[in-house]
Amino acid sequence: MVRYIGKRVGYMLITLFIIATFSFFLMKMLPGSPLNAEDKLSEEQRAIVLEKYGLNDPVPVQYVNYISGLVQGDLGISFAFSNTPVTDILMDRVGPSAQLGAQALVLGTILGVILGLVAAISHNGFLDYTSTIIAVLGTSIPNFVFAGILQYVFASELEWFPVALWGSFEHSILPTIALMIFPMATAARFVRTEMVEVLGSNFITTARAKGVSEPGIVFKHGLRNALIPLVTVIGPLAVSLMTGSMVIEEIFAIPGIGEQFVNSVMVNDYPTIMGTTLMFAFLFILIILITDLLYGLIDPRIRISGGDR
Amino acid sequence: MSKLLEVKDLAVSFNTYNGEVQAVRGVNFELNKGETLAIVGESGSGKSVTTSALMGLLPKPAGFVKSGQILYQGEDLVGKSNKEMAKIRGKEISMVFQDPMSSLNPTMKIGNQIMEGLIKHQNMNRTEAYKKAIELLDLVGIPNPEIRAKQFPHQFSGGMRQRVVIAIALACNPKILIADEPTTALDVTIQAQILELMKSIQKETDSAIIFITHDLGVVANVADRVAVMYAGKIVEVGTVDDIFYNPKHPYTWGLIGSMPTLDSSEDELFTIPGSPPDLLNPPKGDAFAPRNKFALEIDGVMEPPMFKVSDTHYAATWLLHPDAPKIEPPESVKKRMHGFAKTGGDE
Amino acid sequence: MDNNQTNNIPKELLVPMKPKEDTSEKISAPSRTFLQNARRAFLKNKLALFSVVALVIIIIMSAIGPSMNEYGQDEQDLTRAKMPARVPVLENISWLGFNGTLSDTFEGQTVEQATNNAYARYDNQEDFIEIEVLNGSEGSAEVKATYNIYDAKDMEDQYFWLGTDTLGRDQWTRLWLGTRVSLLIAFIAAFISLAIGVAYGGIAGFYGGKVDNVMMRILEVLVGIPNLVIILLMMLFLKPGITSIVIALTITGWTGMARIVRGEILKLKSQEYVLAARTLGQSNWKVITKHLLPNISGIIIINTMFNIPDAIFFEAFLSFIGLGITPPDASLGTLINNGFDNLLLYPYMLWFPAILISLIMIAFNLIGDGLRDAFDPKMHK
Repeated sequence: MVRYIGKRVGYMLITLFIIATFSFFLMKMLPGSPLNAEDKLSEEQRAIVLEKYGLNDPVPVQYVNYISGLVQGDLGISFAFSNTPVTDILMDRVGPSAQLGAQALVLGTILGVILGLVAAISHNGFLDYTSTIIAVLGTSIPNFVFAGILQYVFASELEWFPVALWGSFEHSILPTIALMIFPMATAARFVRTEMVEVLGSNFITTARAKGVSEPGIVFKHGLRNALIPLVTVIGPLAVSLMTGSMVIEEIFAIPGIGEQFVNSVMVNDYPTIMGTTLMFAFLFILIILITDLLYGLIDPRIRISGGDR
Repeated sequence: MSKLLEVKDLAVSFNTYNGEVQAVRGVNFELNKGETLAIVGESGSGKSVTTSALMGLLPKPAGFVKSGQILYQGEDLVGKSNKEMAKIRGKEISMVFQDPMSSLNPTMKIGNQIMEGLIKHQNMNRTEAYKKAIELLDLVGIPNPEIRAKQFPHQFSGGMRQRVVIAIALACNPKILIADEPTTALDVTIQAQILELMKSIQKETDSAIIFITHDLGVVANVADRVAVMYAGKIVEVGTVDDIFYNPKHPYTWGLIGSMPTLDSSEDELFTIPGSPPDLLNPPKGDAFAPRNKFALEIDGVMEPPMFKVSDTHYAATWLLHPDAPKIEPPESVKKRMHGFAKTGGDE
Repeated sequence: MDNNQTNNIPKELLVPMKPKEDTSEKISAPSRTFLQNARRAFLKNKLALFSVVALVIIIIMSAIGPSMNEYGQDEQDLTRAKMPARVPVLENISWLGFNGTLSDTFEGQTVEQATNNAYARYDNQEDFIEIEVLNGSEGSAEVKATYNIYDAKDMEDQYFWLGTDTLGRDQWTRLWLGTRVSLLIAFIAAFISLAIGVAYGGIAGFYGGKVDNVMMRILEVLVGIPNLVIILLMMLFLKPGITSIVIALTITGWTGMARIVRGEILKLKSQEYVLAARTLGQSNWKVITKHLLPNISGIIIINTMFNIPDAIFFEAFLSFIGLGITPPDASLGTLINNGFDNLLLYPYMLWFPAILISLIMIAFNLIGDGLRDAFDPKMHK
């Protein structure tokens, strides 16, 4: 197990290093510099700014500085808000994004499991078809379409919820729903497929043969075996939520990292874009790593044999 | 001997896309206390379906009991709700399955899987059930039961898993144990161990066993009585001696004749040509007739009834009709029958 | 066991049966090839068939739609900006929303105030605004105003089927042009991903050993990089446009296909029938074309079917956050982005592209599902 974790962490570090290097050289090639934002600078001031950002150093030195900065959590200085480190900008905005993402992931997964379970139990019945339709629509229709419908119907027309912005819990309801539909539908499909397969397996017949009641079959024997592989989907789902949050935060004007990213794209604030991208990359890889390890922890088959893989 | 189970005219069908498949077409047999009944037949002859019906475990919604009765201690099990059947399953009738690799819950500890039935049927608390589970593991010959009870199925070998499945089935001292090809998926040496285990357990617990198999060698080893099934019907039933020394149905001849023995040369194998009929449209008359080289004209017209050979022995073939031509079993089959007679008795 | 009725069996029937043609080995079910089975199963799937029809219509419309009326893609005219949808014939059925009017409810202290609010909102064209009082009470007056904008602008003979955008461009034309761009990007990206993925995965799987090892290590690192990150970085670097999106999408898109193809090839390679073919001296080429490709074709098609909607979504996403197609070109993503800017006042600008992209995504997913079921031998009964 330890060796396995070590190998996985090693891969993760290599991947991050490649992304960081790639983004550094990309930055060097991109047009624009901190100077564009402040056009009316004198030659003298220009020199000061260049000196400050370390742009006078040879490229290899800049590269080493950049990488060692990254290791210490320094993502560079924003062009748009001069003097503000990207890390500080992101830290200011991490709260709403984290809350939104967590709410959507937890709620979406729970509802998805319930939906999938109901579908599997009423296999080919009315509830199965209903939940299958919900799942197909939920995985197909883009989240910004849902966001548009929710915002128009429940905020603009019915005025039940605030149209946009962030603050109270009410503000988070519509964006959470818009963001959670995809994980919900994905989890529902996954749980249904797994459940139908598990309920058809031989050990369920064994359990029936020893007189276990139907609820016992479904929850004690079925659900547990169907949920364990769900852990492997949660990672990619959490990752997809980050893509979704960019759009949802922009639509609902939520001061989160996603909205910051879109705004930075508008004003070509490359350090912020790069910094955000790198942070996303780090989170993505970390989440996938955590869910993979978690899967190994809760599945007895992997847990025991994990040592020798 | 008292009748424990009586199956009367049981017919089971499956609804498929192509129509109704009549998997079991009127089966009659009875099971006495403490005896072992073997049901023998090719795959698809309806033997597993019969036992699934006994347990109320037909795959829903496709499979259903079309007609007939399953009388367990005088009580009809057909038409009982799933809830009522759950009280009988595991407690009165329990089952051992063919594939030990997949018949245990992979994410549940062995001990817990044995304890489940005990807690449900015998109102034991966990400590008592755990103690009993350890005893059961010991009984089925698993060393270090205390350690093994805390392990998961994948840490067990195939033979060991089948022992666990047997322990689960035996947990509540069922009156009937159904064993559905329990040794087919196992290595030959392990097969013998499991058969020995089942025999010794039967001596200790006095439960009746229905043993399903396609292997006549196994039958001779474990059974008291044998029912031969073909195309959803029982074609011959009798004691082990009746079936092995005095078989009457050509299909039974075929089964015996196709068993290779050490001293038989290849041309002495009496084989059954062709394959079983399509039970989507069961043929008119005797279902075995197209494959039977001793078939009579009447086989194409009318199904043979069960003719009585002796008090314990019945067979469904027109050859037993008083007016039918006297036909002896083929030489190779006769040879084997003599072979059994010579070695028999020390079973 | 009762022999009574059997006693009167005619004796002539109790004679050995005359040998007949042996029918026991006859195969009763008609034999079908795997592809025939798959096609039959797919044709039975109503939803998938319906999706195919819908997609074909959408594709045809994306080709001919823009030329079905006289308005061009980039004909800006601010005098006719933000016109609502108006369709001949359908305009007479008011609830459909194709009658070319804008309407909303307005609140005010008094009915008069509410009415004035409505007038202010609708260019003060009092002659063309119908007012319906919903609530006349003092303090919370409410009126429903319907603004006949086509009449107000003296364009009674004009029909913008789906209305116009903020710059007065015809939405119908732009919608189908946008669909064309979105579909084009998705198809090209999916097929390039397919080609690279199958080649890479096929080579790794077929040659195995060291080749496989090296190729898979490289792939493992690439897969570790989240595709969103790669796409975002690529989009910053490349000039916005169709080619850039296709490149960004294919750089990440082929890895999934490569892994699947490699896995399948590895599995198939050790199957008995492939071993048999090799034992009999078949050439590599024959083995690949006769035994391997036909057996992985299903999974390749299914995977591509799911890749296409993914690409459509990513294109829309990129255009939405401002990294995709740039004006005056349109794609479904840019149209939706514009729609959001005007959602509260002119919601139709969002609905039409939103409905269309949803339809396309649903159709591709249903076809993908249908194909997956059709290629699953377990479903053939």
